[in-house]
Amino acid sequence: MAGKANQDKALTVDGLTVKFGGLTAVDAMTFDVHEGEVLSLIGPNGAGKTTAFNAITGYLKPSGGNIAYREANLVGLNPNQIADLGVVRTFQKTSVFGGQTAFDNVLMGLHRRQKQTALEIIFGLPSVGSEEQTMREKAREVLDFVGLGARANELGSALPYGEQRLLEVAIALAAHPSLLLLDEPVSGMNPSETASFMDMLGEIRKLGITVLLVEHDMKMVMGVSDRVVVLNYGSIIANGSPAEIQKNPDVIRAYLGERHRKTKRGGRGKRRA
Amino acid sequence: MNRQLIEVGVVLLFASVPLWLGNLYYLHILITTGIFIIAAISLNLLLGYTGQLSLGHVAFFGIGAYTSALVSLGFDLELTDSYTFVFEPKPVWFSFLCGILFAAVCGWLIGKISFKVRGAYFVIVTISFAEVVRLVALNWIDLTEGPMALNNIPPFTLGIPGLWELTFYKKEPNYWLVLALCVLSFVIVRRLVESRAGRAMIALRENEPLATSVGVDVTKYLVLATVVSAGMAGAAGGLYTHYVRIVDPDVFLFIYTVTMVIMVITGGKGTLLGPIIGGLIFGILPEALRGVAGPEVQWIIYGILMILIVYFLPQGIVPALTNWWRQREGHQDPPAPKETAREVVN
Amino acid sequence: MDQLLQHFLNAMILGGTYALLGIGLTLIFGIMRVVNFTHGELYTFGAYMMFMFVMPLQTNFFLALLLAVMLGVALGALIEIMLLKPLRGADIDTTMLIMIGAWIAMQNMEQFVWSGIAKSINNPFPADPLVIGAVSVSWSRVFVFVVACALIAGTYALIQWTKLGKAMRATFQDTETAALMGVRINTVYIATFAIGSGLAAAAGALLGPIFVVYPTMGDMAALKSFAIVILGGLGSVGGATIGGFILAMMEELGAGYISSGYRDAMGFLLIIIILLFRPTGLFAQKERIG
Repeated sequence: MAGKANQDKALTVDGLTVKFGGLTAVDAMTFDVHEGEVLSLIGPNGAGKTTAFNAITGYLKPSGGNIAYREANLVGLNPNQIADLGVVRTFQKTSVFGGQTAFDNVLMGLHRRQKQTALEIIFGLPSVGSEEQTMREKAREVLDFVGLGARANELGSALPYGEQRLLEVAIALAAHPSLLLLDEPVSGMNPSETASFMDMLGEIRKLGITVLLVEHDMKMVMGVSDRVVVLNYGSIIANGSPAEIQKNPDVIRAYLGERHRKTKRGGRGKRRA
Repeated sequence: MNRQLIEVGVVLLFASVPLWLGNLYYLHILITTGIFIIAAISLNLLLGYTGQLSLGHVAFFGIGAYTSALVSLGFDLELTDSYTFVFEPKPVWFSFLCGILFAAVCGWLIGKISFKVRGAYFVIVTISFAEVVRLVALNWIDLTEGPMALNNIPPFTLGIPGLWELTFYKKEPNYWLVLALCVLSFVIVRRLVESRAGRAMIALRENEPLATSVGVDVTKYLVLATVVSAGMAGAAGGLYTHYVRIVDPDVFLFIYTVTMVIMVITGGKGTLLGPIIGGLIFGILPEALRGVAGPEVQWIIYGILMILIVYFLPQGIVPALTNWWRQREGHQDPPAPKETAREVVN
Repeated sequence: MDQLLQHFLNAMILGGTYALLGIGLTLIFGIMRVVNFTHGELYTFGAYMMFMFVMPLQTNFFLALLLAVMLGVALGALIEIMLLKPLRGADIDTTMLIMIGAWIAMQNMEQFVWSGIAKSINNPFPADPLVIGAVSVSWSRVFVFVVACALIAGTYALIQWTKLGKAMRATFQDTETAALMGVRINTVYIATFAIGSGLAAAAGALLGPIFVVYPTMGDMAALKSFAIVILGGLGSVGGATIGGFILAMMEELGAGYISSGYRDAMGFLLIIIILLFRPTGLFAQKERIG
């Protein structure tokens, strides 16, 4: 069990299967994410990417297979327990605490980093106050990191779409992930927003955070990923570097229809924004 | 600094009331109102901050009242024909703490049971719980005297028996006691809300999947809220029982829960001041209406008011005032444009 | 043994009206997602209408029953149109608060109009009970049971075979799709609430002559309806029917073998136990949405 290769494995997904009634959404999926890399999970709509995400992060109980993160078994854990292991996700549909300010959104994300217990809070111990102070500074840092420093006092729901997506990433980063799962983070963003998001992803990487990405935007996927795993109808059809994937005939076949649809999707994305 | 000065000023103002009010009946109304405000503050922690509508809240109030009454009066239970368990009367400060503790334990149990199911189910479980407790209080006559009520409950005392003791016979000390506990409840809820625990509760209310994704343990925080809330309601019940010095199964009546809910909703759920403002309004309003309308008409007015408030002031008075104040001050940040926010999310 | 048989018979008779209450409530929740706290008040309303027609107005007993049920239907429709229609799309907590407000207002209006003194209603049935072997039951209770069963059967028929019933089932399955398919959701909602209310009023009008009528009688009825509905699974009509009989059975046995004081507690204990071990209710297949 020693050896460098094993140590490098952060997330291991082995034979993951998810069935809804008679429908198999994910079929015996096997892949690894190495420490420190950016791995993209791509595939046409309905290929099972988000389902796999939900299974990894505990929002769905898999019908079979194993999921392990740094030797801890994730199957059967609740989402919050998985988060406590450092595996934090974002959601495909924009998901922020709408009624709270951007600043408070991040403070809520910092939950895991705080130590104060209920009794300490009720008795108003000074340690609580000083921790609050540190956390407020931390929250500012995180907001500045994603570039929302100026928006700190605006309500989450009042932010424009692109900024809500950034806020989501800020909330996830606040939770101190060692593995960050991003579910279509740039969908609905315009090209310049996407470009700056790619820069930010580089910064996140520099923090030593491993990233598992689900994305439709191929330019982004090819630009940021170390490796790409391609799904179709719930199974993996290719696994390799971006350059290899772009040449893979199976991938091209699976994606041919998707490419055409993609141009249309662009228009829809704008309307949604 | 400024905020603290204002707060101290307000508390001192309330504390000075018995010195100039000069009417003991009005003081009595303020005491009962204060007791209800504590209960409303405790309900607000659940209803306002975690978003769980507990319609059995009066159960914790009544459990606190009965426990404190029984511990201070002493009781004996015939467990078998030959053995009778005798419980000697205990000092009131001790019984009061027992009341809080037992209410909190019941809160823990109910929390554990019912947070498996949320929304409508939580509501129904809490109502059922309150009804079961009421029926027990009504039927377990050996212990509770049933409808005959527990009488001659000793008043609140502080101090060490034999050395120095202060007994709360008069209205004034009772008023100050209730005020002190109101302030304490307010401070506890504020500390919770402005901390990690409170933020976790709010996060769960606003977006549960997102909250869990950053590591918030749903059950833990909902149970914490129920325990604190139940204990606080138990304290209100204890105050009540040693103030009026008689307690019967009617303390569990659903209508008291409704009163607390109306107080919280009217004042503004999920705001710190809401239950206080709502509590003052609905504590004093019945007295104002007393001369004009019978109790049925009063309740009809309550019911209609509740409907009107949900329609026209769904956030409650405190948020409405805050918004109005902000706009007047020229801060042009009205509440979030909800329509557009929804479009984006969908 | 005879005693058990007697309890069983009593439970069957009481269970019919419980089932009526449960079906009404479960229809409203299943289709409209409204936790109807006025349900008990409709029950009270039915009982008072029965009293009004039979006692001061001297109307024929059976005609009075019909009128009471019809007025219940009308009152239900009125509540729906006045209170719930303006709130379409509001979350379940909001409608719940509105219904609680309405409940308090209605109960106290009843108190205001009829005073708090319990009233009894005469019935035209022979005083001698029907005796079958070792067990006996009064004719008035037999009548209640027969009418309740007829109403339950009628409701089933309505849901299964009429156009309205089909629309109701479609709305229950998926409101948006039903609307797209041309189902008039508003009409379905009003009809559902009116039917549910009518069933509650019928239960009140049937039980009023057996027990006594007083303003807060609906509280227990409402709470029992919740118990029945949870027992059967929210939104399940079949579940509510069986749930009504099970609750009645438990109450009878509880009152007979434990203590009559705890008769009314059985339902709530049942709720707590069921939610603890089988939160989807005994008969529901659909996943519970919390």
